[in-house]
Amino acid sequence: METSFAITGKGYVIVAADTTASRSIIKMKTDEDKVKTLSPHLLMAYSGEPGDTVHFAEYVERNIRLYQIRNLYPLRPSAAAAWIRRALATSLRSRSPYSVNLLVGGYDTASHDPHLYWIDFLGTMTEVPFAAHGYGAYFALSLLDRYHDPEASLEDGLIALKRCIRQVEERLVVTPGKYKVKVVSKDGIQEIDL
Amino acid sequence: MARRYDSRTTIFSPEGKLYQVEYAMEAISHAGTVLGLLAKDGVVLAAEKKVTGKLLDLSATKEGGYGGSGEKIFLLSSNVIGGLAGLTADANSLVNFARTAAQRHLLAYDEDIPVELLAQRLCDMKQGYTQFGGLRPFGVSLLYAGYDPHYQFQLYRSDPSGNYSGWKATCIGANNGTAQSLLKQEYKDDIEVKDAIGLALRTMSKTMDSTTLGSEKCRRSAVEFAVLTLDPVTGKPKAKIYRPAEIDLLLEKEGLAKKDEDTEMKAA
Repeated sequence: METSFAITGKGYVIVAADTTASRSIIKMKTDEDKVKTLSPHLLMAYSGEPGDTVHFAEYVERNIRLYQIRNLYPLRPSAAAAWIRRALATSLRSRSPYSVNLLVGGYDTASHDPHLYWIDFLGTMTEVPFAAHGYGAYFALSLLDRYHDPEASLEDGLIALKRCIRQVEERLVVTPGKYKVKVVSKDGIQEIDL
Repeated sequence: MARRYDSRTTIFSPEGKLYQVEYAMEAISHAGTVLGLLAKDGVVLAAEKKVTGKLLDLSATKEGGYGGSGEKIFLLSSNVIGGLAGLTADANSLVNFARTAAQRHLLAYDEDIPVELLAQRLCDMKQGYTQFGGLRPFGVSLLYAGYDPHYQFQLYRSDPSGNYSGWKATCIGANNGTAQSLLKQEYKDDIEVKDAIGLALRTMSKTMDSTTLGSEKCRRSAVEFAVLTLDPVTGKPKAKIYRPAEIDLLLEKEGLAKKDEDTEMKAA
């Protein structure tokens, strides 16, 4: 079952998503990257209806890139998230809405702090210190409520993430095997092997 | 055939000039002066309102309208104040465009429009009028005093050709050369808003036409004034466009009220 997590810490956001692509009860693929790099300081984890997800993520990616080419400065995470939310809200009221859930994490190079936004397919958006989508959310949110520290170092943040992943592995009936983990900080984006 | 290269904006003269654009700039150099000063903790705008005569009924604008104090200084967005020199009618249409552009950005991205982006939006439109046939360019220069998280406080200037540039202190309108050389002498890089206010008003009083200064009744209200700072509580930009009564107080505080000003003018 699809699961994605995101955790903020001191000067960074960790964004993680499982790597399974499934159809009905079949696992089709186990190395799918569902965390998109939207700009040098912006990450987006997506989950939901297969097809919709990739299509919408690419649409967002290219629009954010277009803004960056056209204008003087890249979109800040808050502005990008607001734009993405609007795109989903507009789509919801169209003939064929995207059913995509997102975690948008970024480092704001203007105000020098990390931001994380939880967005669902209905166009709900909220800024949060940590977030999760999918069945994993039922385990992760209570854990992070206890263990999340906004001032934590990257090492401690990754330990909190591992706790979440372990609980999901232990308790969820159908667990995803592997996770793609990316971190965005003032130095940009790096991928981390857990 | 003197008018061969004058009558259409889209045609270059043999010397490579666009006369209509240059005429527009000429029109602005007769308009009321607007000057802007960039300080460490804010931006200051001061403008000279040309007084048409004492029969003009100003009772409705006495307290300053919403988002502006009359004819030269307008709130373009919650983080940008605009100072306009040139044709008032053209200016109104540009203010309307700027406000719409700012709100459109706010709607799409849930943030105040970055100052340079707003300047760019207006300049894109102004440029269009120097290129597409049958249209007259805007006879307006603007100063944009604004704040955004990318570059904090900023001051920009744009002209009818669609050029814009960033400044520490600048001036548009009548006598802008005099004002700019005065500012060049007196401006310091680490100036604070409270000193910038004084400098702006002093420069203004020295550059304004003596005829305007002499007109007894309207003289004091002939200055428009605005300051953009950061609200100490919220950390958000706070635009203050002064009302006529507040400007009188300010002039008195700076020692530029009626009498002092006259002696200063004589001494100068």
